[in-house]
Amino acid sequence: MSQGKRDYSLTGRDAQMAVETGLASAEWYHTDVPRKAMKELMKRKDGPAIRDTVIWLGSMIVLAGVGVALWPSWWSAPFFLAYGVLYGSATDSRWHECGHGTAFKTRWMNDVVYQIASFMIMRNPVTWRWSHTRHHTDTIIVGRDPEIVFMRPPDLAPIFLNFFGVIDAFNAMSAMVRNALGIISAEEKTFVPDSEQPKVMFIARVWLAIYATVIALAISTGSILPLMLVGLPRLYGAWHHVMTGLLQHGGLAENVIDHRLNSRTVYMNPISRFIYWNMNYHVEHHMFPMIPYHALPKLHALIKDDLPAPNTSILDGYREMWPAVLRQLRYEDYFVRRELPPTAKPYKAEYHQLAPSMLAAE
Amino acid sequence: MTQWIEACGAGDIEEEDLIRFDHDGKTYAIYRSPSDEFFATDGLCTHEKVHLEGGLVMDYVIECPKHNGRFDYRTGEALAAPVCVNLTTYPVKVEGGSVFIGID
Repeated sequence: MSQGKRDYSLTGRDAQMAVETGLASAEWYHTDVPRKAMKELMKRKDGPAIRDTVIWLGSMIVLAGVGVALWPSWWSAPFFLAYGVLYGSATDSRWHECGHGTAFKTRWMNDVVYQIASFMIMRNPVTWRWSHTRHHTDTIIVGRDPEIVFMRPPDLAPIFLNFFGVIDAFNAMSAMVRNALGIISAEEKTFVPDSEQPKVMFIARVWLAIYATVIALAISTGSILPLMLVGLPRLYGAWHHVMTGLLQHGGLAENVIDHRLNSRTVYMNPISRFIYWNMNYHVEHHMFPMIPYHALPKLHALIKDDLPAPNTSILDGYREMWPAVLRQLRYEDYFVRRELPPTAKPYKAEYHQLAPSMLAAE
Repeated sequence: MTQWIEACGAGDIEEEDLIRFDHDGKTYAIYRSPSDEFFATDGLCTHEKVHLEGGLVMDYVIECPKHNGRFDYRTGEALAAPVCVNLTTYPVKVEGGSVFIGID
């Protein structure tokens, strides 16, 4: 059964339909977790995030120092490539976790890292805090979620270009200039409250001044080295966060209210998990977004019997996702229906009322 | 006129925790602070009406389980985005080992 042509705009037909059908701000499925265990998992700590932040920023300083010392020799390339991943990819997860306020126990530490990471990943910290709030309220609900990457039929060119940050950086710079001029778009107005919009503009103006300074420095020194340190790493280091981020929801169901159907948990190597701050446990994160990143492996162990089997590696995740994405080029309604283990509570009709093809499959 | 409704036993709530209490079509959250005081607020977050019962109590702050909005549950004050509207609070008394909340 076809759902017809989708309208992903936040002000369009599907947005209105999601509200009318109760799909917006709906009550989602949650695995039962005893309150005592949940309280233990939710406990905030400073230690793990301080350790990880020292490693993250310390490594960036060392890599940048060596890269600058070797510049313009090609021997500097591997150091800049590693620096770029910490700048253009590790910041995605730091922005994300600190935006949730779960990385550190101490609020100001969350806020400081959130601001630094937001600048590097080029996401206005005010706008994106609100857009991500909506992503959690209405995960992969067409017309409601502003963070859907694989719209159907998928447009693969911008996704490929974003492995090098091209489209994201262009959009971010456009939004920065627009916001700095005092303009908030119609879509931004749908999720950023009026009271927060002056903050959006203020941040955009500060960032514009920083980038103008860096560009002026590059011009005055006749070298792109300043931009290799600030700005360009968002392009040449973006590939890792795009590689891991696409797996979060790619090829899975839309318009359902059970995260087991629209999110993917993938076992990953320790380096990717450090860069990604355990967001590979993505079903778990969406089901319980207040659990800090360092507790997600424990949460996974606790609830995995109620979840589809995780993909065993990044490669395994792509082997599942990619054919589905390619098939969606021709059949927009196709998605991977993830099988539950016998120990899990079954998918319920009321949790995916607007995905009729799935109902038919059950 | 305030009507005192028995919500739960004092021992039903652990220190630095909360429970849900439903009454007459409304839902409330009853808190026990780290210093063994009891408080009551509306049960639903003012941001997107998610119930606070699954949230985390840290000292005198309740954090919404969905978007991590934070309130001071003693006053209902909204402390940080994404919550902008304060929670309604209710008077509480403990008598005979039971917690009562005052509802107008």
